[in-house]
Amino acid sequence: MSEAKDGCVTPAKGPIMPEATAAPTGVSTLPTQEVTRMLARVGKPAPDFEATAFTGKGFAPVRLSDYKGKWIVVCFYPGDFTFV
Amino acid sequence: MAAVAARYEEFKKLDTVVLSISTDSRFVHKIWQEEELSKMLPGGVPFPMLSDAGGKIGSVYGVYDEDAGVDIRGRFIIDPDFVVRAMEVLTPEVGRNPDELLRQVKAFQHVVATGEVTPSGWEPGEVTLTPGPDLVGKVWEVWKP
Repeated sequence: MSEAKDGCVTPAKGPIMPEATAAPTGVSTLPTQEVTRMLARVGKPAPDFEATAFTGKGFAPVRLSDYKGKWIVVCFYPGDFTFV
Repeated sequence: MAAVAARYEEFKKLDTVVLSISTDSRFVHKIWQEEELSKMLPGGVPFPMLSDAGGKIGSVYGVYDEDAGVDIRGRFIIDPDFVVRAMEVLTPEVGRNPDELLRQVKAFQHVVATGEVTPSGWEPGEVTLTPGPDLVGKVWEVWKP
């Protein structure tokens, strides 16, 4: 955990694609379409990702696959300070 | 999201990790926790609040609204083998039902543990079904809606 060092420009990896669909050697970024295609399907492996997080104590990167082996609930919501 | 947080002890009893995620930065999450959530819930939100900058993660999960620039309300249940078991996506105006989320987690855990299947609306302790040749045409004998 790099909580103490976290500044304001530490990017997280975001979606992490499996090796099989990664960009060919020599190409550093995935095509945009590859990133925006919906991949989450029931009965299929969860798309992995890394995000920066507020943990209640400080800031830390969280990777979904760190929790492999447990039941996980991921809740997306439209925004902090909204009404519902 | 706060409603899910309010039921966190129940998720913990089910050995289930909860993560929330929005396009807000982790800095906004911190201030929201301090200024508002901690006043709604004793201790505030007890699980990590993730930041999906630019909606890239939401795009992969099919919940990013490019026009609004936010992740709409979507929740996903992922099993210990890292397989997505359930998803529910709502437009933002209607909040989710933590009772139904907990019910589904319990049902999926039961199914994985026993190999049985759970009929509509199943709650722990209620009748389950064991698929097989003997059950064909006989579901009515053991279960009615």
